[in-house]
Amino acid sequence: MNRSVFEKYREAPKTWYIKLVLALITAALIAWSSSALKGGAAEGHGWSIAGRIISGIFHPDTELLFDLTKSGVAYLLLETMCIAFLGTLVGAVFSIPLSFLSATNLVPKPIAVVVHGCIMAIRTIPAFVYGLMFIRVTGPGPFAGLMTMSVCSIGMVSKMFTEYIEGLDKRILESLDAAGCNAFQKIRYGIIPQLFPDFMSTIIYRFDMNLRDATVLGLVGAGGIGAPLIFAMSSYRWNEVGAILAGLIVLIFIIEVLSTKIRVKLARGQ
Amino acid sequence: MTLYDKIFKPRKLRLADGKVVKEKASRTPLVLLLLVVAAVISVRVTGFDPGTLLRRGHQFFVILGQMFPPNGSYISSIWQPLFDTIKMSLLGSFIGSVLAIPFAIIASTNIIHSRICIGVVRFILSLVRTLPTLVTALIATYMFGLGTTAGTFAIAVFTFAYVGKQLYEQIETVDMGAYEAMEALGSTKLRAFLAAILPQVLPVYLSICLFCFEGNVRYASILGYVGAGGLGLILNEKIGWRDYASVGMILIVLFVTVLLIESISQYIRRRLS
Repeated sequence: MNRSVFEKYREAPKTWYIKLVLALITAALIAWSSSALKGGAAEGHGWSIAGRIISGIFHPDTELLFDLTKSGVAYLLLETMCIAFLGTLVGAVFSIPLSFLSATNLVPKPIAVVVHGCIMAIRTIPAFVYGLMFIRVTGPGPFAGLMTMSVCSIGMVSKMFTEYIEGLDKRILESLDAAGCNAFQKIRYGIIPQLFPDFMSTIIYRFDMNLRDATVLGLVGAGGIGAPLIFAMSSYRWNEVGAILAGLIVLIFIIEVLSTKIRVKLARGQ
Repeated sequence: MTLYDKIFKPRKLRLADGKVVKEKASRTPLVLLLLVVAAVISVRVTGFDPGTLLRRGHQFFVILGQMFPPNGSYISSIWQPLFDTIKMSLLGSFIGSVLAIPFAIIASTNIIHSRICIGVVRFILSLVRTLPTLVTALIATYMFGLGTTAGTFAIAVFTFAYVGKQLYEQIETVDMGAYEAMEALGSTKLRAFLAAILPQVLPVYLSICLFCFEGNVRYASILGYVGAGGLGLILNEKIGWRDYASVGMILIVLFVTVLLIESISQYIRRRLS
């Protein structure tokens, strides 16, 4: 028995030199990039600020945390959630045609490549540039944030959608054809049931991500909890930072647990 | 949702052989109702108005129009920040994904049997994950000063949380047969892990790291906005000067870089799987 094991070992393809080259390349890249760690501010000063941040997070400004008016954490969180919710929804609506147009099994290859390139270009532009563009349209406020969020969602959502569309089981459509269904029935009973759970799952996942990314909008004054958070940070009011972060973390945590639950249910087809 | 079934009684169907089966009432109306209510509240709160979009939508393209033609002569001052961005994301991804390994191992139920250990580590991982990257970057700029160190730190923290979660989910789904066989033959836990579980997990782990790295290059360009170095820094500056032709050039360079890195990493990931 032992001999056959060794023989099998000898038969295994010898790839150590490829591995060595890859390891060397990786090591070289890491060494090259280690210059990113050039010195910053004096370390001692930095750590004392870190200490203050942590103590601020543990002693949040309770007045702000439980303030129920429009400047309180609760309302800001609600606003952020609304921005993320509608933003994801609008983004998904934008993504559906784009993803069908970039699915190689539905449209000719050149069109798919061009649309794919467009989606990549949309993804490349950072969120705050979109924020600036939309503020010209809607004025500063949550509306601009919502539109920014939706455009930022297009990239990932349509990429996932395209993958699901390309994975469509066409045999179902053929059997529906054979059973004499018309185009509408084929879409209703052949395509939607296949795509719906995956699409919903993607949208819920993106909502989760958007809620996390909502702080970016604060940079350009596009509503939500980001702006008060960044103002509080840049003016060193760590207790306020603590209150806002505490609210945000609890909200994100709850949403994540819920969204994971729903997505597991969707994946299992319940 | 048993309460729902009590209110809306399941439909009873009698089969040909006399057996009675219950069909639960559809949840779709309830879900739809909730979604509509959420949408209405969101529209109220955010002031969403499609009319405004139609009327003033062309304003969106004003800045975009000013980016063309991009300022080609600006490219010479883009290289340095671009390399900074790539370095930041590379090093950050590397540190984060290496740090994630021990935590992921401790967080997987099939390796560690202490529920307290698993609970604590998982809680830490999800706590770190809920911190928005931008906030981490801001805190890092206070700690390390303005510059790429802060950006590297923020990316490492994000990568740590992301890779950690994906990795422990991966470790939990491996085939434990080989591991148990090795333990039964008397090898230590570490050896059994290295020989039986590592080969199963390694390709997926590398693939997760590469995927995270792809995303990080994109993220790193935002981090500069809060002073954490890289492309975001000059992007912010040029936007401040309303020099949109240069902004266009930066975005084009970023686009090409992201495209290159993504195609290389996608090629490697395809080979890995």
